[in-house]
Amino acid sequence: MQIDMTVNGRAYSADVEDRTLLVHYLRDHLGLTGTNVGCDTSSCGACTVHIDGQSVKSCTVLAAQVRGADITTIEGMANDEELHPMQEAFRQCHGLQCGYCTPGMVMAATSLLSENPDPSEQEVREGLEGNLCRCTGYHNIVKSVLSVAGGQS
Amino acid sequence: MTIMGTPRLRKEDPKLLTGEGKFVDDIHAPGELWMGMVRSPYAHAKIVSVDTAEAAAHSGVHAVYSGKDLEEMGLWIAPLPCVWPVTDDMLNPPHVPVVTEEANFVGEIVAVVLADSRYGAVDAAELVEVSYEELPAVASLDAAVTGDALAHSDLDTNKAYHWPLVPDPDALDAAFANAAHTVTGTFVQQRLIPAAMEPRGVLAVPSPHGGDITLYSSSQVPHILKVMVAATTGIPENKIRIVAPAVGGGFGAKLNINPDEILAVTLANRLGLPVRWTETRSEAAFSTHQGRGQNQTIEIAADAKGKILGVRVHLDADMGAYMRLITPGVPLLGSFLYTGVYDVPAFGFTCDGYFTNLTPTDAYRGAGRPEASYAIERAMDLLANEVGVGPDEIRRRNYLNGGEAFQDLEVASTLVFDSGHYGPNLDKALELSDYASLRAEQQRRREAGESKQLGIGLCTYVEICGLAPSRALAGLNYGAGGWEHALVRFLPTGKVEVVTGSTPHGQGHETSWSMIVADKLGVDPDDVEVLHSDTAISPLGLDTYGSRSLSVGGVAISMACDKVVEKARLIAAHQLEANPDDLEFSGGVFRVKGTPTAELPIQGIAYEAFTAHNLPDGMEPNLQEQMTFDPPNFAFPFGTHVAVVEVDEDTGGVTLVGYTAVDDCGPQVNPLIVEGQVHGGIVQGVAQALWEEAVYDEAGNCKNPSFLDYLVPSSMEVPSMVLDSTETPSTSNPLGVKGVGEAGTIGSAAAVINAVCDALSPYGVTDIEMPATPQKIWRKIQDAKGGEA
Ligand code: FES
Ligand code: FES
Repeated sequence: MQIDMTVNGRAYSADVEDRTLLVHYLRDHLGLTGTNVGCDTSSCGACTVHIDGQSVKSCTVLAAQVRGADITTIEGMANDEELHPMQEAFRQCHGLQCGYCTPGMVMAATSLLSENPDPSEQEVREGLEGNLCRCTGYHNIVKSVLSVAGGQS
Repeated sequence: MTIMGTPRLRKEDPKLLTGEGKFVDDIHAPGELWMGMVRSPYAHAKIVSVDTAEAAAHSGVHAVYSGKDLEEMGLWIAPLPCVWPVTDDMLNPPHVPVVTEEANFVGEIVAVVLADSRYGAVDAAELVEVSYEELPAVASLDAAVTGDALAHSDLDTNKAYHWPLVPDPDALDAAFANAAHTVTGTFVQQRLIPAAMEPRGVLAVPSPHGGDITLYSSSQVPHILKVMVAATTGIPENKIRIVAPAVGGGFGAKLNINPDEILAVTLANRLGLPVRWTETRSEAAFSTHQGRGQNQTIEIAADAKGKILGVRVHLDADMGAYMRLITPGVPLLGSFLYTGVYDVPAFGFTCDGYFTNLTPTDAYRGAGRPEASYAIERAMDLLANEVGVGPDEIRRRNYLNGGEAFQDLEVASTLVFDSGHYGPNLDKALELSDYASLRAEQQRRREAGESKQLGIGLCTYVEICGLAPSRALAGLNYGAGGWEHALVRFLPTGKVEVVTGSTPHGQGHETSWSMIVADKLGVDPDDVEVLHSDTAISPLGLDTYGSRSLSVGGVAISMACDKVVEKARLIAAHQLEANPDDLEFSGGVFRVKGTPTAELPIQGIAYEAFTAHNLPDGMEPNLQEQMTFDPPNFAFPFGTHVAVVEVDEDTGGVTLVGYTAVDDCGPQVNPLIVEGQVHGGIVQGVAQALWEEAVYDEAGNCKNPSFLDYLVPSSMEVPSMVLDSTETPSTSNPLGVKGVGEAGTIGSAAAVINAVCDALSPYGVTDIEMPATPQKIWRKIQDAKGGEA
């Protein structure tokens, strides 16, 4: 099946098997391996990307379903000079250890703040419920997100 | 020391935050083939036939192999290794990568396909037709002990070994004979799925003409893997290179030697093509080992005041279907800790290991030590109830050396604890958690008859880390040593490279090791590059597990730095025409004492060592030194954890509402990293206490292999935590450091269950099995009320 989409500001088109998941298209076809796969039941959020500005688990959609969409992955977040404020906050607050959940967390967290710019701790915890981390116990992830929220307000 | 001990942001982060980090599944090789595994749907069955024809004919399929095909191809010379035969007569049925005769757990590999795509491998695996003859399965530890069915048809028992540690049986009997109080706890350490967020994966890349092979594996133990691949496959060790790239968490689950690793290497080598595989999450319940799986009985004998006279422990331990790398040794790692932080005059421990037809068990964060800490810390609360004092008071009455500071103290389990100072650590935790107010609030709620009751739980743990003195390991029949290797080299331009045998997978070694080197050599941490996890770059190492990296590997680096400084001192003395003893070294500069203008920076000396134009006679060029550190003793970190839970009496639901931990891991290199380790560790232990369990049905099927049903906690289930520390230096190494990777997990499960039992104490509840689900708690409350609901 012929698909085309914009990923991190660049246009791509390709011929893929109908059943190709977006996450596998990004990883195996485009080489954008920053988006990770942590499960096979849409439970972990490691694969979270932005589709037209909304955070979506990219293992839950087929590449063919997002034809024409504008996709942002973790590789599209920092500019040449500096990290995105959310990435910087994760660094400052030690919000990552092994880093496997991190791209998905950062994508989910930025989208959380775009919907609710000044969340409470509880709202951050609720907002990140779909993203699992096995290393940090979430303490510093929540702190990272709140630090950006505080910084924005 | 200026940099060590201060929080410092991690070097590792920018790559990982931007998607530049390369995990195994991110790495590709041209022409690669994807493995797909055909797995047994039965826990115990004879393999009657394997028909590969339809799969082999499928488009995109390169080859399909049954176990017999692989056996005939002679791809391996030995079964998968177990390096810890705990007794001379331990049973150890051979575990080959793909079975030929009898499948012994659900998910054991029966055939392998090679296809040209990720999806194609899965498709083809489904087309392999296997016919089985089902056999009676041993689907639980209890069933293994009963022995009605046998887990391995060619064995006449399920019991794999019996291991005793009873230093003085007469003294132990006397302790119980003379006791005013005795308490008995029987606890179940349920099976857990380690669930590192990165699934395991492999990529083997051969060089058909060069004869060498590179295996990329999401492994905690590339060095051990290299030795074991050689020993298992017969490929010469010098032709094998192992790379553990970015590794997304391990927690013990990535320290094994796995069928997929051996298959990828041997098939790639035979075919001359790269071979890869990545487990799916649901597959990981079968393809990666599980943790815990013990039934514990602990008895304490005490005098009238609650002073302990003796502790007696028996474990039945679930090995699963096979002995994996260190399966039988995991309970032994805990054996020495069943006396906890307490002065126990008489001690006895026995363990029986049993085979079941379930996924093999092996190390999971803490490996034996969380189990030990759970048993003694739960039993201490039982003793407190029995004696009629508070949980803090019973602990104080029994602390080693009365809670005062000590060094090098021999305890009843025959180990020598390096250092401890338990009293002030408890004080600090009680103060920080505002323990007195918590008790007052608990009382208020009880008197008001509120439906949400408060429970407060303590755990004052000690753990063994810094694995390990090689001679101590020899005494336990372990098949290798416990040293770690380091090499520190100055480059000609004054930058530093450190080669370490420790192998990080999230712990931030690059940052911490740079900090040690920066302090020791007087250089900027950003000028230090830490090289690791690739056996071509770091050929010597014993890797990362058992909270050993800092207290063995980090210390090795520090000692190698000392050697570098000593060599540099000789060069500086030669060039400054001074006596080496008259030189002082600080901030990276050698100065002649009393002659402040006569100085040489160590970077300059590095260049001099490189050109070798003007070195002392007979000195080798270059400024590079190495050190292999084999610690004289283990390190024994300790701490106090205070968990606060709310139990909803109407629903049985438990909410963890507060958590305070005061850990003592000796001097900290990077407090930021220490805190992160403790946070994550705590939540893994809380998860065992409240949510996680690999549940098996009577046929031996894991009913919750995926994240839909296996309840890894999310951000919603846990609160923010309050942490602090005390600092009692170790005597086991020159930095005085201990270790902290497992501490959180070792302290938290007991603290949480003590808190739940505390909340339910008005109902006379003294124990609840993990995970303490709402159903179990509700049932306890109803039973106490007389079962009227
Ligand atoms: S990989 Fe998409 S939710 Fe887990
Ligand atoms: S940082 Fe390792 S899973 Fe989140």
